[in-house]
Amino acid sequence: MSIEIVQLVGFALIATFLIILLKEQKPVISLSLTLGAGAIIFLFILTPVESALELIRTLSGQAGINNMYMETLLKIIGIAYLAEFGAHIARDADQEAIAAKVELAGKMIIIMLAIPIFQVLIETVLSLIPGAA
Amino acid sequence: MAYDVNTIFQIAGIGIIVAMIHTVLKQMGKEDWAHWVTLIGFVVVLYMIATIIDDLFQKIKSVFLFQG
Repeated sequence: MSIEIVQLVGFALIATFLIILLKEQKPVISLSLTLGAGAIIFLFILTPVESALELIRTLSGQAGINNMYMETLLKIIGIAYLAEFGAHIARDADQEAIAAKVELAGKMIIIMLAIPIFQVLIETVLSLIPGAA
Repeated sequence: MAYDVNTIFQIAGIGIIVAMIHTVLKQMGKEDWAHWVTLIGFVVVLYMIATIIDDLFQKIKSVFLFQG
């Protein structure tokens, strides 16, 4: 593990102080700073997550799980995180309405992605019922 | 690691300097110049943030969404 929690919390603390310092004078730059700090923290954490996901992908490949399911699952996680990120940025700028729309859009896209899996599930259940299919 | 705490310090520094210049120019009675300084400072900060956000999105694409 190349990244340490102390490093990350220290970074977040420094960013928070700088944002509070700038909030009075220049709220726009302060908001940009929030955005940048959030992005950098997630970039920090993404490198270990990448190797962990690689391991999960290898294991699921060895277990013979259909690649489509893993891919959809990871995509849903990614979309959920991105939607959350965008919604929080909008919420920080006191734009509650835009935040709600971004979250709604994220949910819609996740439902769209989950439809093929749901279809497979329904077909499996139907094939288990005698005389239904 | 391409980004570290220096990036945040840079952006905060730009913000503080722009706020300072804005105050000085306002005291001198040059309101329009002060607004231009604010705008240019904001554009520079936005460019830096856009670079970081682009990097983040590319990384998320490669980790979670595969080919996107």
